[in-house]
Amino acid sequence: MLILTRKKDESIILDGKIEIKVVEIGEGKVKIGIEAPKDIDIVRKELYEKVEEENVTAVEYKFKLEDINKLLKQ
Amino acid sequence: MKVKTRDFGEIEVSEDKIIHFEDGIPGFEEEKEFIILFDEDKDNPFHQLQSVNNQYLSFIIINPFEIFKDYDIEIPQTAVDKLQIENPEDVLIYSIVVVPEDIRKMTANLLGPIIINHKKRLGKQVILEDSRYTTKHYIFAQAFQEEGK
Repeated sequence: MLILTRKKDESIILDGKIEIKVVEIGEGKVKIGIEAPKDIDIVRKELYEKVEEENVTAVEYKFKLEDINKLLKQ
Repeated sequence: MKVKTRDFGEIEVSEDKIIHFEDGIPGFEEEKEFIILFDEDKDNPFHQLQSVNNQYLSFIIINPFEIFKDYDIEIPQTAVDKLQIENPEDVLIYSIVVVPEDIRKMTANLLGPIIINHKKRLGKQVILEDSRYTTKHYIFAQAFQEEGK
């Protein structure tokens, strides 16, 4: 992983089109501003990982579709 | 074309039924083509999002609005653009369901809805920035609550 040091109000430019700026530095956290083209998805990593984990669990079901629908009618 | 499915064997599917997920689905980023399968009774709430290329990869999905009456989301602009959404009527929204062995404990992922532009056959799992929703909402708790009202 590339590691850079930045001060408040300094930025990094990715690929000439995405800007990541340190907006505020506090105790144990930083506030980051991101400017990116509209087709770039920006998401907190922990949320992405949660969804990923949920999807991996979701494909593990044991029932058949018709059984699930049948069971629920009871 | 022929598609091998998890629960219905090999079926014939016309090309225009295939939904393209350009980014795949988190955890399955390499899976880019899916079809939606309904069981015989189309009124049944549970459907299947079946991978076209991997027979054993499928998700149980529901229309979240049928179960979670006050579910209310805003589709992020990135998704509107990527899915080329021009008309709200072209949009289908599903939630992936986890079905554990104790089926009554099944949960729906309301944080990461599957958004589909059925006119363009484009789909994407969107991760919402909305603290009201998580990846696990009990479907039955909701159903019981509704009944109790």
